[in-house]
Amino acid sequence: MTQIPDLIRVFSYLSLLTVGGGMAAFPEMKIQIVDIHRWLTFPQLIHFYSVGQMAPGPNMMMIIPVGDWAAGPLGAVVVVIAFFGPTALLTFAIGRLWKHLESWPWRQSIQRGLAPVSVGLLLAGCFTIAKGSIFGVATAAIAVGVLMILLQYKINPALLVLGGAVVGYLSL
Amino acid sequence: MSELAPASPALEQAGALVPKTVSLWQVFLQFLIIGATSFGGAVPYLRRALVVKLQWLDDKQFVEMLSISQSLPGLNATNMAILLGDKLRGPLGAFAAIVAICLPGGLYMFFAGVFYRIHGDHGWVTDALKGIAAASVGLILATVVQLAKRSLSDHFDLVFIGLTVLAINLLHLSVPVTLISVGLLAILWHHPRTAPAEGLGAPEELEK
Repeated sequence: MTQIPDLIRVFSYLSLLTVGGGMAAFPEMKIQIVDIHRWLTFPQLIHFYSVGQMAPGPNMMMIIPVGDWAAGPLGAVVVVIAFFGPTALLTFAIGRLWKHLESWPWRQSIQRGLAPVSVGLLLAGCFTIAKGSIFGVATAAIAVGVLMILLQYKINPALLVLGGAVVGYLSL
Repeated sequence: MSELAPASPALEQAGALVPKTVSLWQVFLQFLIIGATSFGGAVPYLRRALVVKLQWLDDKQFVEMLSISQSLPGLNATNMAILLGDKLRGPLGAFAAIVAICLPGGLYMFFAGVFYRIHGDHGWVTDALKGIAAASVGLILATVVQLAKRSLSDHFDLVFIGLTVLAINLLHLSVPVTLISVGLLAILWHHPRTAPAEGLGAPEELEK
């Protein structure tokens, strides 16, 4: 129960960092959840994120077990509202203003400028998660294998993550 | 790319598209179905259901919403739910859409968390999880490559990508500090005078 205010603070803060996708917030998420509040260990956080890749819908629903572990089912609900609420309100407001912004010359500059930064944030999040999940040849081979297959063929990524589970089970 | 282009029936009738009255319940139900079935990224599922199948809106509107979603904080899936829900049924529609799209995956992850707490330290679960985590790294890298290919406007953008990674992974600056400083630099670099008229590569997102 005592964790609720912290959960609200942390997840509404993380919410605003998800520029270009949930992964953008991952390095900060690791610091907040693992290092500062110790709700999870780093491997647990990575496991939740990864299992979340096999869930349907928005791909950051892994925050729910974080809230549940920290403060029970109420924590899970609080975390969802804190994480999706701020960006939902922002998107709602900007969505209504968008027509008026159309002629604003800086709009496209902002879109063009944020594009490389969000790719960079995604890559930085990837390196953070790789530090805790690539340990040797076998795990590196799985990662590279998934990368190659996805760049080469049109296949549902959730299936490949499931494939990773099978390979891990059989070989690790 | 191909998925959006001329083959789409909705696009051909874009001009003739009559705004339909959609009930709040229909909005909730459609987003609930998408929330339960959209494995591996919600955006293509949203387009297939709302634009192609139900024709609640046309491709032009969809792509514009996608470009708004991508330039704001928040996940594409939830931002799209807000914009689409608002368009179809106002503020309540937006609320119904985001709740419905999150609900199935949220329940799934809740129970995954419960299962993990009980069985997470069993040998076979740990091995499977290691494989899943490694596969996720490959998946994120593939997303990086695909996103870079379609959303960057010039080669100099690679510098901003490099700066962002450097700031976070080597200098250990926080995400907001990095986002604001590198973001500001990049926006100034792309200041209005240099920006050509052609749009961002947003439609390609649909192919993912």
